Amino acid sequence: MEKLLEILEGLHPEVDFEIADDLIDAKIFDSFDIVTLVAEINAEFDVAIPAEELIPENFNSAEAIWELIQRLDEE
Amino acid sequence: MSFTSIGFLVFFGILVILYYALPKKIQWIVLLAASYAFYLFGGLKYLAFILFTTVTTYLVAVYMDNNHKKQSAYLKEHKADMTKEEKKAYKHSMKVRDRIWFLATIIANFGILFFCKACLVDPLRSSSAPVISFLSVGLPLGISFYMFQSMGYVIDVYRGKAEAERNPFKVALFVSFFPQLVQGPISKWEQLKDQLFTPHYFDRKTVAFGLQRILWGFFKKLVIADRIAVAIGTLKGTEYTGMSFFLLTAFYAVQIYGDFTGGIDIAIGVGETLGIKMPENFIRPFFSKNIAEYWRRWHISLNEWMKSYIFYPITVSGPMLKLALKSRAKFGKFGMRLPVYIGSLLTWLGTGVWHGFNLHFIVWGLLNCVIIVISEELAPCYEKFHAKYAWSNTRAYNVFQIIRMFVLMNLIRATDLFNDVGDYFRRLFSLVWNFNWHVLWDGTLMELGLSAADYIILIAGIVIMFLVSFFSRDEVSVRVKLQRIPRPVRYTLFFLLLVAVILFGSYGIGYDASSFIYNQF
Repeated sequence: MEKLLEILEGLHPEVDFEIADDLIDAKIFDSFDIVTLVAEINAEFDVAIPAEELIPENFNSAEAIWELIQRLDEE
Repeated sequence: MSFTSIGFLVFFGILVILYYALPKKIQWIVLLAASYAFYLFGGLKYLAFILFTTVTTYLVAVYMDNNHKKQSAYLKEHKADMTKEEKKAYKHSMKVRDRIWFLATIIANFGILFFCKACLVDPLRSSSAPVISFLSVGLPLGISFYMFQSMGYVIDVYRGKAEAERNPFKVALFVSFFPQLVQGPISKWEQLKDQLFTPHYFDRKTVAFGLQRILWGFFKKLVIADRIAVAIGTLKGTEYTGMSFFLLTAFYAVQIYGDFTGGIDIAIGVGETLGIKMPENFIRPFFSKNIAEYWRRWHISLNEWMKSYIFYPITVSGPMLKLALKSRAKFGKFGMRLPVYIGSLLTWLGTGVWHGFNLHFIVWGLLNCVIIVISEELAPCYEKFHAKYAWSNTRAYNVFQIIRMFVLMNLIRATDLFNDVGDYFRRLFSLVWNFNWHVLWDGTLMELGLSAADYIILIAGIVIMFLVSFFSRDEVSVRVKLQRIPRPVRYTLFFLLLVAVILFGSYGIGYDASSFIYNQF
């Protein structure tokens, strides 16, 4: 989780990712950010996130993103 | 049948009566019959196109859904005796089975769209472009819109994000639902599936809201867009440069906004009258502060489609992720974004080609792409700028940003108007070397085909459009706000709007109220 928070802070240093839970709904993340994040996650965790998982529910908070990584890793 | 024809009003009136009077069980069948009747008014010769898409969409979705169900049952049954790798291999083999028919359906349908756009007569084509003369029948009604909607459904089923509908006639209604045939919005299966097939009871407020929205669409289309279209035709004349070109871009912005948003207002209003809520396609786009924001607020359903089914799959594909890793090793953080740029470029090229097989649409797509990518890369500089200069965070600066976006977008959008890209750039650069301010006062404006009365109606109409947008900036529509004022005042306002459409709508020779610009795409 710490590594993920590091990646997220690299994208948007101004956001407190420990509490933010509306990253997509509040338009903090745009599609460019999401794709960059997917590439970073792939590089760091060796988890490929497919296009169908790129939905707001999976990216609204650091916790949701972490759950997604774990789920895909288990699959 | 055009939305703005008397024939459509009669058709819609009869439909509303039957829809609410007949038993609720057959309500969706009434809609299906009405949708096919609407489609066939465009010509019997197009029937094969929509039937092909419907049948292939239905069959492949059911086939894939059956596979998904078999897969779930098998994995459940063998949960204990399969390793993680075995499960992965099994899922992969099932996906390959899906993929063959999935790709065949996608290629066949988009192949038809490609053929239609490339070979059938398109009013926006240059006269020099090759056209197969014996097929000069025009584009089948709404082919782009029902095709994107159907293929979106097929992709969602393939991805396991939607379950296939087992009733082929219900799929037929989803594909052909008539309000969206003309120019969208492109709905997802998840957005419409429950609404289309559940009973809808007559509700005075819902019907009134739907009719109000239709009336507002008529106002934008007939009073504003079709009136200003005459001046645009004149301004495209070869002798106009500089200020005339600048005016042309602004006039075209007004026309396309009135035409497209007006058409969508009518489509959404028709749906609302029938108790069916389609997704919004615009969120006050001309109040955007930059081009990227504009594209999040203009033609939203197409852009969402492009993002979900083209941009994301390209940018997060295996080869792109490998490329990201390699380019990061070479160029650091900047290299990580290489897939984003490639994905953006291909998506914008796709959007350009969707508008038509013509160089000016490609140029239009590339201009949008380049500006958005540069803006994204300069974002840190903008942040520093706003942090350093307090005046850049004032309301006045916001207004400046909105005007800047409006002008810039107008200049890009004007590529639509010139089949000859060289002609477009010649006029664009004439803004620098030959501005011709004098056209504002030397009488040129009165030679564009618009009378003083036309200008007064246009200015009043634009002010009303602006005020309606401005007062819905809190995401609450003006119709809802009007509910709060006394009923006589409200009724008077809508009566005046109706009178304005009847008295000031552009009808007759010289005005083409029969088609919408986006219907040609």
